[in-house]
Amino acid sequence: MSFHPSMEYAAAKFHKSERQLAEQGGDFVYTLEHQAKFDANVKRYPADQRKSAILYALYLAQRQEGYLTAAAMSHVAEQIGCTAAEVEDVVSYYTMFFTRPVGKYVLNVCRTLSCALRGAERVTAELSAALGIKPGETDPTGTFTLIEVECLGACDRAPVVMVNDDWHECLAPEDVRRLVDDLRTRGPAALTGCYLHKEKAAEATS
Amino acid sequence: MMSYAPILTSHVGEPNSNSLDFYVKHQQGYEGLRKALTQKPGDIIDQVKASGLRGRGGAGFPTGLKWQFVLKDTPKPKYICCNADESEPGTFKDHVLMERNPHLLIEGCAISAYAIGAEVAYIYIRGEFYHVQEVLEAEIEKAYVAGFLGKNILGSGFDCDVYMHRGAGAYEAGEETALIESLEGKRAQPRIKPPFPAVAGLYQCPTAVNNVETLCNVPLIVLNGPEWFSGIGPEKNGGPKLFCVSGHVKKPGVYEASMHTTLRELIYDHAGGMLDDRPFKAIIPGGSSVPLLLPEHLDTPASFDEIQKAGSMLGSAGLIVLNDSVCMVWLAMNLLHFYRHESCGKCTPCREGCDWLYKLLARIEAGEGQPKDLDLLFGVSSNIVGKTLCAFGDAAATPVLSTMKLFRAEYEAHVREGRCTLTADWRSAQPVMAAH
Repeated sequence: MSFHPSMEYAAAKFHKSERQLAEQGGDFVYTLEHQAKFDANVKRYPADQRKSAILYALYLAQRQEGYLTAAAMSHVAEQIGCTAAEVEDVVSYYTMFFTRPVGKYVLNVCRTLSCALRGAERVTAELSAALGIKPGETDPTGTFTLIEVECLGACDRAPVVMVNDDWHECLAPEDVRRLVDDLRTRGPAALTGCYLHKEKAAEATS
Repeated sequence: MMSYAPILTSHVGEPNSNSLDFYVKHQQGYEGLRKALTQKPGDIIDQVKASGLRGRGGAGFPTGLKWQFVLKDTPKPKYICCNADESEPGTFKDHVLMERNPHLLIEGCAISAYAIGAEVAYIYIRGEFYHVQEVLEAEIEKAYVAGFLGKNILGSGFDCDVYMHRGAGAYEAGEETALIESLEGKRAQPRIKPPFPAVAGLYQCPTAVNNVETLCNVPLIVLNGPEWFSGIGPEKNGGPKLFCVSGHVKKPGVYEASMHTTLRELIYDHAGGMLDDRPFKAIIPGGSSVPLLLPEHLDTPASFDEIQKAGSMLGSAGLIVLNDSVCMVWLAMNLLHFYRHESCGKCTPCREGCDWLYKLLARIEAGEGQPKDLDLLFGVSSNIVGKTLCAFGDAAATPVLSTMKLFRAEYEAHVREGRCTLTADWRSAQPVMAAH
């Protein structure tokens, strides 16, 4: 097909849209627990402003399946009372939503200035080598996804890695392999957590 | 170093400092709210105005004035939005307050809501701070149970709800109108101003958007009076201030001081001096979006006005300290990678310009720069500044313009030699990032 009679058709000559459609996925409905959580959260906003709860609704869906499918986005649209396109609009903007499967542990390495000054580039390189994947990829076992992210707001504990919803602080490049092994054997307990969270640390040791 | 006893962070190192009991017992908890509720809302605004409190988020705008602008005669509800999206590179102060002193913020939200006539305050927290959100949610719950939030607070007839709202990874959500958009469930993109949020903000209702540290100062002003507050620190730069020191220092961290404190004191006294005792090269004094300062500026007091006189901005008080090993082309490239990623895409000069700048810098850093690239960098940057809806554009151009102005020789050497001419060992240990 050509757009103009005098324009020769050549697929390579045209700019292709970079838009990636989310995969359809299986049927999706919230679990009873997530439905109850959503119903409670939406009450925080005026009755005619249900859309305010969209980020929360998406987090719930993502927690349920690990990433967001088109079916999940449609379900969120029903819950909110908006179109699926509006949901996709939001999903495609925010970096914390995934539209493709990710590993059990998503390693978000901060790469911005303060962390970079303390060796974040080397942390990423070491993680890449240890896991055999490049930033943006998931390892074949589906255990780890490596992502480079921008400032996490923990510049005093650089370099910092966010693993799912938790933090690991002051990760020296030399310690990267040990952390990977630790995560494999001990799970999230291998993470330092936020140093400010003293009560959590006390609970863990008592 | 002038003697200074921390006020906002006086107890943050102690176990359970985040609990309601601790706050009530050791920090005169909720006494400010009690006192505020016996006064007229307008009187609270007057006190905050008299105190000279300036916004701690970056712009340093007088908080009392911002509240005064909030439309009064309207049938619409009013809102407080607390900006806890702390995401300016080099900034990590609000994190400490929320995690270790959450009730100070909750009390600040309640008093501020009373002052402007709001009954709901939303705390918009960045998605990456999930562990902080858990702490705040739990403490808000306790404040409800204790009667400091909810209906008829302390028998005054004033109702106030405080809710957490979690973002999902967007630097731009720290801009006040983008924050409101995000709270409304849309992409975090800024609005055209005017109208300002004080007139048409959240759900088109009058709204005040304030930073966490700003709101944390409010209970202290009500409790101790505006004169006490303005007496701490230089004229027009009063009150306690949190400084975030990171980069090449021995003890990076959050340090509380008055704004009399100089940059030198913050680096050498508070943060323990330069890492490995290497020479100091430059400092970014207010988060990545402000111009660099040089060794000759080290004795400048870290106040809004003095830092501005020195040619930069105090911004969010995120001090990033750089030693002699840092290549300024690499630094600009690192930061433009950030701005390119975070540009919300609404305004063309910023969306396209950040991409161009990053690609140019990556080319120069990789040793493939051409002499004309330096003019091009300057041209692209200058065409972003002042041509965008929000301050993001200016912020993104700043690392390029500032490093080009102060360290042009390094750029020229990169282009001439085809490589970084700094021989520092730190730099050689860093693998050069592939441009992507």
